[in-house]
Amino acid sequence: MELRKDYFADVRKDGLNEIGQPRPRLDSPGHVTGKTAYFADRNFPGMLHLKMVRSPHHHARIRSIDTSEAEKHPGVVRVLTAKDVPHNIYTILILIQVGPEDETVLADGKVRWKGEAVVAVLAETERAAQEAAAKVKVDYEVLPAVFDMEEALKPGAPLVNEYHGQNYYLYDSGECRKVRFGDVEAGFAQADHILEQSYQSSPIEHAPTETTGCVVAPEGNDRFTCYTNTQAMFFTLDNASIILQMPGSKLHFVGGTVGGGFGGKVDVIVEPIAILGAKLTGRPVSFVYSREEEMQISSPRAAEKVVIKDGVMKDGRIVARKVTGYTDAGAYSRHSPYGAQKGAAHYPGPYTIPNVWIDTYCVYTNRTPSSAMRGFGVTIGDFALEVQMDKLARLIGMDPLEFRFINAYRDGDMKAHRQPTEGAALIECMQEASRAANWPVAEKYMAMSSYRKGA
Amino acid sequence: MAKVPVQFTLNGSENAEFIESGTTLLNALRDKIGDTSPKGGCHQGTCGACSVIIDGELKLSCLTLAETCNGADIKTTAGLAEGGVLHPLQRAFLDAFATQCGFCTPGMIMAAKVLLDRTPNPSREDVVDALSGNICRCTGYEPIIQAVLVAARANSRTAA
Ligand code: FES
Ligand code: FES
Repeated sequence: MELRKDYFADVRKDGLNEIGQPRPRLDSPGHVTGKTAYFADRNFPGMLHLKMVRSPHHHARIRSIDTSEAEKHPGVVRVLTAKDVPHNIYTILILIQVGPEDETVLADGKVRWKGEAVVAVLAETERAAQEAAAKVKVDYEVLPAVFDMEEALKPGAPLVNEYHGQNYYLYDSGECRKVRFGDVEAGFAQADHILEQSYQSSPIEHAPTETTGCVVAPEGNDRFTCYTNTQAMFFTLDNASIILQMPGSKLHFVGGTVGGGFGGKVDVIVEPIAILGAKLTGRPVSFVYSREEEMQISSPRAAEKVVIKDGVMKDGRIVARKVTGYTDAGAYSRHSPYGAQKGAAHYPGPYTIPNVWIDTYCVYTNRTPSSAMRGFGVTIGDFALEVQMDKLARLIGMDPLEFRFINAYRDGDMKAHRQPTEGAALIECMQEASRAANWPVAEKYMAMSSYRKGA
Repeated sequence: MAKVPVQFTLNGSENAEFIESGTTLLNALRDKIGDTSPKGGCHQGTCGACSVIIDGELKLSCLTLAETCNGADIKTTAGLAEGGVLHPLQRAFLDAFATQCGFCTPGMIMAAKVLLDRTPNPSREDVVDALSGNICRCTGYEPIIQAVLVAARANSRTAA
């Protein structure tokens, strides 16, 4: 494979000398000797174990909670409900002004997905906590639930989340994120062919080998040290500070060592309640997801639906693209409004199309809240777009790689969301791919460049 | 709950503990003795992160009750390096980029050690078979397989 350093010569001064060189990982010596300290490798005398009582229903009103039997269970030290949490309602992205706060730390009056945390039990042993959790009595009034995004958007659908007031995230642009560029209907009118296809994906669990969790130790000076495998240290610290109404200076987070994350450990889920447990009992607390919780409770990648309508000319040019994207946030926002927004910017793909219309919806359903995972908001979209590109090439009888050369964005092109293209290098990558995969394309494409003359 | 005395050798050192009946060897090693090199990825016998060697056999410590280990000779990845010198398997995992998050690594190394102890010159299939009970979610299987093959070659060179 050829490394085209020349392409970036004017933007990178470092010579790219490290690329292609083997370099030892700094953390490997710890890994191979078993010395790397993951959060669960911290053990403190007198440490309590936290277990959650979770909702068995997808959507229900909580009539009453009776913790008396659980409190009497041998080994139980403390049982926590919504009223114990200083600021029980939060949303992670409030830190960057993406509200409203829409999720409870412990359910208050209602549960919106099966598995939602309702009551936290702290006990001397994991087993005692588990047994006591089974003794908590919650009286539910089951409500109708909605699991399908299109159903959720219909008038009269059960309302999933009252903090939003409707089953979609309300952007400043309205019910969806919108991109408008050129005149998409004029583009379709001019096109030789039109192809409309719909693509769908299921939620995907990250399944890290190390489950989500944290260990919290109260320090002598009224501070709390939280050993965690979060992928988002400062998001977690700041949100914990809001939820616990405790200045950040009281919280010391130790982390950075993560036994697999893939985006699944960026939500603020275990730390605030574990710190609260440590504060209220004065003892160290461990809250670690079981494998079952990791698979069923932790946020997956959102289910998505992408509807793409393209207008294409016989000579290979795509002249119009209309995309409607749906992101299933589940019951709460977490990172999904941002994921859906990323999709809006991404859906034209790395192609220059003169007429573009994009709507992306972040939809609430009674499913497990989804969140970040490796390129969330764009990965499923890329699958849909590139399958669509192959179908379009087939439709007009063109080689799929040559078809992409014709439409590839090049430096200086204006993208649909009005960012000029810079450092695209797509043409160069495809030229190299053509050589490496032994998939020849016509000479004129091998002579192309991402630099437009005079751009 | 009743405590039972348990005595075993861990990486060459004698250990004696009073352990609650029903405690897994994984929890006993990690919480009582302080050897945190075996990891708990599932606590139900499906991931292999907790693999240890008991009397020469590869075992899942999350499915082994500590009280059944009386008189046993237990080895973990924490005891593999001798006098600060890495074992050829550890060296090979390091050099072959066979660790990513590292959570599966101690278990992988235990499984590989049992293989090489029995089959000093394994085929690729032998390696795949020996590691088939160990999940690496970071999907580094290829470098891991290569590391074990490299370690086997390094071993046979030292032996020759
Ligand atoms: S922790 Fe023992 S097999 Fe997963
Ligand atoms: S390196 Fe992460 S699970 Fe194997």
